[in-house]
Amino acid sequence: MHMVAAINSALDNEMQRDKNVVLLGEDVGVNGGVFRVTDGLFKKYGADRVVDTPLAELSIVGLSIGMAAAGLKPVAEIQFSGFTYASFEQLVSHAARIRYRSGGKFTCPMVLRSPCGGGIHALELHSESNEAIYSHMPGLKVVIPSGPYEAKGLLISAIRSKDPVLFFEPMKLYRAFREEVPETPYEIPLGKANLGKEGKDVTIISWSTMYHVSMLAAKKMEEENGVSCEVIDLRTINPIDTDTIINSVKKTGRVVIVHEGPRNAGMGAEISAQITEKAMLSLHAPPIRVTGYDTPYPFYKTEKFYLPDIEKVIIGINKAMNF
Amino acid sequence: MDENGKVTGEMPKLTNDEIKELYKKMVTIRVYDDKTMKIQRQGRVGPYISYLGQEACQVGIAASLRKDDWFFPTYRDSGALYARGMPLKDVLLYWMGDARGFANAGNNFPICIPVGTHPPHAAGAAFAAKIKGKDYVSLATFGDGATSRGDFYEAMNFAGVFNLPVIFVVQNNQWAISVPRSRQTASQTIAQKAISAGIDGVVADGNDIFSVIKAIRYAADKARSGKGATVIELLTYRLGDHSSADDQKKYREQAEVETWKKKEPVERLKKYMLSKGLWSEKFEQDITAEATQAAEKAITDAENIPSQKLDELFENIFSEMTPNLKEELEELKEAYKDRSTESTNKVEKIEGSFP
Repeated sequence: MHMVAAINSALDNEMQRDKNVVLLGEDVGVNGGVFRVTDGLFKKYGADRVVDTPLAELSIVGLSIGMAAAGLKPVAEIQFSGFTYASFEQLVSHAARIRYRSGGKFTCPMVLRSPCGGGIHALELHSESNEAIYSHMPGLKVVIPSGPYEAKGLLISAIRSKDPVLFFEPMKLYRAFREEVPETPYEIPLGKANLGKEGKDVTIISWSTMYHVSMLAAKKMEEENGVSCEVIDLRTINPIDTDTIINSVKKTGRVVIVHEGPRNAGMGAEISAQITEKAMLSLHAPPIRVTGYDTPYPFYKTEKFYLPDIEKVIIGINKAMNF
Repeated sequence: MDENGKVTGEMPKLTNDEIKELYKKMVTIRVYDDKTMKIQRQGRVGPYISYLGQEACQVGIAASLRKDDWFFPTYRDSGALYARGMPLKDVLLYWMGDARGFANAGNNFPICIPVGTHPPHAAGAAFAAKIKGKDYVSLATFGDGATSRGDFYEAMNFAGVFNLPVIFVVQNNQWAISVPRSRQTASQTIAQKAISAGIDGVVADGNDIFSVIKAIRYAADKARSGKGATVIELLTYRLGDHSSADDQKKYREQAEVETWKKKEPVERLKKYMLSKGLWSEKFEQDITAEATQAAEKAITDAENIPSQKLDELFENIFSEMTPNLKEELEELKEAYKDRSTESTNKVEKIEGSFP
């Protein structure tokens, strides 16, 4: 199945397993979501568990906080990650810290699903990659799958997690390819990266759509230049799987970090800092970042210039190799 | 009940003992507030928010709810938390900068600090009641300033659309720090904003405990019987400063304060009780002495709570400590290996202290 079907299957499994799982958001009910992710669930579980809400992002999250505290498992959807800013205060000032500020008495086991990322010729603010912003805020888990199988397993773990989880879904990958995905539930643990491909000369760290770009660049570099690339799919952005990163970099001594979001204070900066702190003596070159630029995500005519692509990743790999 | 304690409308159903209990609670929370303010001035409590003048709102709200109802307070609602049964020691801990204050809070959410961000939480808890088929109601209270925020409108709107068992109580105390009620909205009342959400809006005298109880009981009964949400505007007045760091003389006429002092809620109930033979000097002395004693014990208990461990700074961020947090905790322990890890149990005068 493709990623949309895999996410739908995860939601279906969890709603069947736990009657406290409630979906809410704009157009998630009758319409099955603007991307059809929740298709069929309204019919199957009814209006009390698949809730079409007023058009109010702040309160979709705000209500989820109260629902979660009172024993439900809300899985909220905000239609595009560029629209999550309206709920920012609710996420960071409440969802992220209610466990802390109540000495563990109240918790916020909610999931916020939101489509993210570019490369789909969308309107403004429909292509954001804002995972770094939320990873900076203590108390929020941030997850981005790179394929259907991952999406289902990670979402099930997110729903079963006792913590608030932001689950970003790369729109470009929604229907890009299919994978074998079991109909039955399974978990992929949060906080664990996936070693997508082993290699010995350079480590490429990426996630989301950029994981696939990195894999293609790695293949090309191996075939054409004989550079052996190890590729890591981070999967969980926060908490980050430092061990997998450091183990790989200690082996290869070179690293390229590839992400769509802007470079300044982005996840690449954090990963690069962790590597220099923990594996400095293994490094043969400084960590190289291949990222989106510090501009607004462009209008779609020019988005191809903004996004890291195979050529840009290869330039990055060469920088690391030829330092 | 007018300013002289004379009943002017229909009384809520209350026995004489219940009325005496309400008075006792109002006196008690006033003593607590006064004591807390005093020790704040001695540097034993950090920044504090007094509810002086709003005791009828505080006690009236609490007295009209069940224990299993959910309560979402602001920083000006310590009195309601006491009246809801939260120990003074626990609420004091919060004001003393200790994260353990709300660890045993029942269905009382921690005090909301960003203004007016919690009405959606109350709507969410009410939504959970509806979905789970429970008959508790959910009540959020906040000031007039909070009603200018979008969160308030969005929460009312959700409550209307989903017919939620929630009550939004606006304690309109006329001032949001230095900004008067007239600067918050051009609408004649705050309660009428409920109309835009298709729910009931009620105005009540927030300095008359009977009026408060009638309004909250009405809304709670309505919510519990599936008839939806209510906005209640309680007209009251903040007799003190906004906070321990504020000076209200800077921005409002003292004549206005004096006018409102004549309407204050504790004295008003006392006048009523006097007229009914329910009040005596001895009763007043007894309840004041009891409250003072309780306050002193709670202050001592709160001040003598064992220090928080460094680990506790990193617990309760997630359900399990993440590798990053574990590493940071070890780093902190290392940095403090030759230093005391006693937490600050008294407010130390430090450079740039919050006033």
